[in-house]
Order: sequence, then structure tokens, then C-alpha cells
Amino acid sequence: MLRYILSRLGQSLILLLIVSFIGFAVLTLAPGGPLSQFALSPGMTQEQIDKIAAQMGLDRPVWIQYFDWLRHLVVGDWGTSYRDGQSVLHVIGSHLFATLLLMGTATVISVTLGSSIGIYSALKRGGTFDYAMTVFAMVALSIPTFWFGLIAIYVFSLNLGWLPAGNMYTVGDGSLIDYLRHLIMPAMVLALVDVAIWSRYMRTSTLNVVKQDFVRTAKAKGLTRRRVLLKHIVGNSLVPMITLAGLQLPMVLGGALVTETVFTWPGMGRLFLDSLGYSDYPVVMGLLMASAMLVLIGNLLADLTVALIDPRIRLD
Amino acid sequence: MTTLATNTKQPFIKSRALRRFLSHRLALIGLVMVLSLTAACFIGPYLLPYDELHIDLLARFAPPGTGGHIFGTDPLGRDIAARLFHAGQISMAVGFAVMVIATCIGSVVGVVSGYYGGKVSAVLMRIVDAFLSFPSVFLLLALAAFIQPGPVMIALIISATSWMEVARIVEAEVKSLRNQDFVQAAHMLGMSNRWIMFRELLPNAIGPIIVAATLTVARAILLEAYISFLGYGIQPPLPSWGNMLNGAQQYLASAPWLAIVPGVTITIAVAGFNFIGDGLRDAFDSRSDHQ
Repeated sequence: MLRYILSRLGQSLILLLIVSFIGFAVLTLAPGGPLSQFALSPGMTQEQIDKIAAQMGLDRPVWIQYFDWLRHLVVGDWGTSYRDGQSVLHVIGSHLFATLLLMGTATVISVTLGSSIGIYSALKRGGTFDYAMTVFAMVALSIPTFWFGLIAIYVFSLNLGWLPAGNMYTVGDGSLIDYLRHLIMPAMVLALVDVAIWSRYMRTSTLNVVKQDFVRTAKAKGLTRRRVLLKHIVGNSLVPMITLAGLQLPMVLGGALVTETVFTWPGMGRLFLDSLGYSDYPVVMGLLMASAMLVLIGNLLADLTVALIDPRIRLD
Repeated sequence: MTTLATNTKQPFIKSRALRRFLSHRLALIGLVMVLSLTAACFIGPYLLPYDELHIDLLARFAPPGTGGHIFGTDPLGRDIAARLFHAGQISMAVGFAVMVIATCIGSVVGVVSGYYGGKVSAVLMRIVDAFLSFPSVFLLLALAAFIQPGPVMIALIISATSWMEVARIVEAEVKSLRNQDFVQAAHMLGMSNRWIMFRELLPNAIGPIIVAATLTVARAILLEAYISFLGYGIQPPLPSWGNMLNGAQQYLASAPWLAIVPGVTITIAVAGFNFIGDGLRDAFDSRSDHQ
């Protein structure tokens, strides 16, 4: 087990290294660069710009900049934001919770709803419900998340007036109910695509489990349908879904970015867009790394959980 | 419908895959959706009384159906239908360009990795994994923020974040084929590696590649909409389905059609390609007989 964890950690670190390289290359080689905004202001002379470049260490060769940045990254110094001089880790940390809350809630919704739909579709395979859900899933996968958010705001905030149109809480309120009222709509919007994906995979997974011998044995033993379903089918169908949850992480994170923008949710997605607008390279770079780390950690946890649950999987 | 095809001695449509595709109801609906949308985008502009750049400040925010504006007008009084169709030409062109570029990159990476295996494969597939561990919207925005955002550049950067799936599919397929007899035979005949990879191995993966390519069009149209909505994609006055939605949020209460019309159009286009892709998958994969 330990060996497996260590080797997976090693692989993840190598991936992170490649990720950092890609991210750094994208941001460094792109035209413009962090100095472009200084170059735009009319009072700036070339010498002043050069001086700023030297201060920021941008006059050195790219690969030295990269290794320097990487060295600091490893020891936990992710640089300082160009915008307000705060440390990047602090800035990201203060936005992390909002994003995780949104993603977590959306995942809970999509897992519950998606698995239920998937199991029911599989049990009633070929029926009207199954067919309707196939079409629903494909349409749901085709709706732009942000647009679905706009429509939700239009219906539930502007027309019906049931839910607030944005932000995480009302200033001066901040009760649990208030948080929940702000959370429910963005979480549902973010969950839509995932419900579609989960229901599809859960359907396939359930169909595979239903065919297995142990299900026939359970039925032959004379167990009630309900007991067979709950004890033998649902649990076993859910195991491959854990891996899927890990693989879905980048998509949920990307969806969160767009959803946060529509609902003015103060998470990493909004921070990313704001930082792009300010050419705040250290924060953008930090967010790219942080999101990749989240994804890799998520995948690692998913694989370990599967290994713990499923004794058929041998780790060495 | 199926009895007609099976009763005749010689089936009218010879290819089994094509027959299976045509008996897939959803795929046909998708095909109709895509074709009619394409027709609307390329013929529609000639039938409308306004062109997409005509600004009429007196006709701002005209609701759909008034003054000859079937989908209403935008904050500058431009005809939304005209803009929608022009935007469709651009958005779909971007979608197809991404399909071609991403499929080519993915196929080459996949076939090289699957054929040579070993270290080459390890390196290439780790790069694929690395690209997959970014949320693609993050990477896309980071790229888009620093380039001149014309349709060509947008197509290129979306391709840069969309080739990985094809690469994985092709790699898996080629890996499973490279020890087969026909490949050994090609080796013995003295064929070059390049010939074996692209003439012997790649054509065997054509089914999954076509499926992935179709789904890539859908994905590209969605991604273009995302980044244009966020203001980093195709820039006005050039319309795209995504940038027509940029700014729709602030007029949501007074002019909801600004959001509804392009959004529904995007959904139809993307769903159309997804339906076709699903039908193709069933058509090529004889195992998934309407599971």
C-alpha cells in the first residue's frame, strides 16, 4: 500500500512539473507580458521599464526565471500579487473555500441525483424513462453552463424573486439560511452537466453489475428485490464512479470558474479572471498550479479509495 | 423501416456502419439540426432586411417580431437575427477548424506513442496527462488573454486544449494492433515506420477518430462560447455566438431575448453534433447494440 502511494505521489509530482512547465511557458512566451501595461502608460520611458523589469527579475533568461520561480514554489513562496502586493498563497487561500464549497455542494447534488437516475434507467432499460434520460443527458451536456446560469437568474431571481441573483451572502445578514439561499442556484447550475455524466456512467456501471453472478446468486437465495438492489447492486455500481469523480474534477473546476463569474461568487474562478484582467502573472500562475494540484490530489484520493474499497485491486 | 432494408436481397445501403447510423433516430435528428442551422447561417443573411453591422439607435432593444426584426435588436439597434447567422458562420468555422487541427495533432501523437511504445510513449502520454489535469477553460483563458484574438488564433488555442482525447484513443487502438500479423508483414516487406504508422495502423482507428472528431466540434463551439462570453474570445464587431452573450447579463431583466436567442442556438448546434457523435459511436461499435 505504502509503496503504491509513494509511486503514485512520485508520478503526480512529475505531472506537476510538466504542468508548471507548460503554464510557465504559456505565460512567459506570450506576447505582451507583465510589462505591457507599463509600456502603455505615456509617461514611461524605456529606462524606467527596464528598471522595473530588473526589479521583477524579468530581464534574466527565461529558464533561470523558471527555475527561480520553481525553487520558490517548492518552499511555499508562490510570489506576490502585482495587484496588491499580497502573497499569492494568501490570495488563493482566501478564495479557495468559496470554490470548494460550491464544487462540493454541486458534487453532492450530482452524485445523488445522477446515480439515482442512472440506476433507475438501468433497471428500466429501454423504457420511456431510460430514453428520456438519454436525451436529457445529451442536451444537458450541450447547454453552456454560464447560459444556463443566466436563464436560472432570469427565472428564479428576476421573475419569481425566490433566490438572490448573485454573491455568497447578504451584507449584514450572513445567517446559515442566507448562505444556503445564495448557494443553491449556482450549485444546481454547476451540477447540471455532472448529473448528465453521472447518470450515463452509473447506468452503464449498473448494467454491468446486474449481469454478474453474485447478483444472480443473491436472487436465487430468495432475497427480496429491494435487498438485492440496495445491498448488492447499488454499492458495487458505485465503485467505478469514485474514479470517475476524480476524472471529472477538471471539468467541475472549469465549470465553477464560469459559474462563479455569472453569480459573482467570490471563488478561484473570479479571482482567475480578475487577475487575467490585471495581467497579474504570479496569481494566474499560482491558480494554474493550484487547480492542477487539486485535480491530481483528487485523482489520487479517488484511486486510493477504490483500492481500499475493492479487495480485487492489488496495489503492488 | 428496418424491414425494408432487410427484405431486399441486396441492401440499398451497403455499409453496415452507415445503415446503423441511419437507423439511429437521435443521430438523424442531430443531423437535421446541424444541417438546418448551417443552412440558416449561410443562406439566412441574404433573406433578412438588415445586415449584421447596421446600427439603428432608434430601434434599440426592439423585442422579437417587431419592425422586421425576427429575433429583436441589441443595445445598438442591430438586428439580432443577422448577427446570429453571421456569428454562426464564424462559430461553426472555428468548430470545424478545431476538429481538423485537434484531430491531426491527436492522431499523430497517438500513433507515434502507440507504435514506438516504451520511453516515447511514456513521455508523450505524460504530456497528455499534464494537459488533462488543467481545467481546459483555465488554460484556454490564460492563452487567450495574451494573443490577438482573431478567429484563427481562437481556433488554434482551442485546438491546443482539445487534442488529448483523440491522442488517447488512437494510442490505445494502435497499441493493440502493432503486434498483429499485418504489421509484421509490412515490416518484412521493408515498409518504413512512417508508412506503417499512417497507412497501416491509423486507418484501423478511423471509426473512433471520426466519433471523437464529431464530439470535438461540439466541444469547440462550447469552448468558444465560454471564452467569448468572458470577453477573451472573438472580439466585436465580429459577432460570435459567445460574444453575443457577453453583456446579455446586464440587460437580462429588460431584454431577455439578448440572452435567450444565442443561448438556444448554441445549445441546438452543440446538441446536434453530440447526437451525431453518439449515433456514429453506436454505428461503429458493434458491441454497443443499443445498450
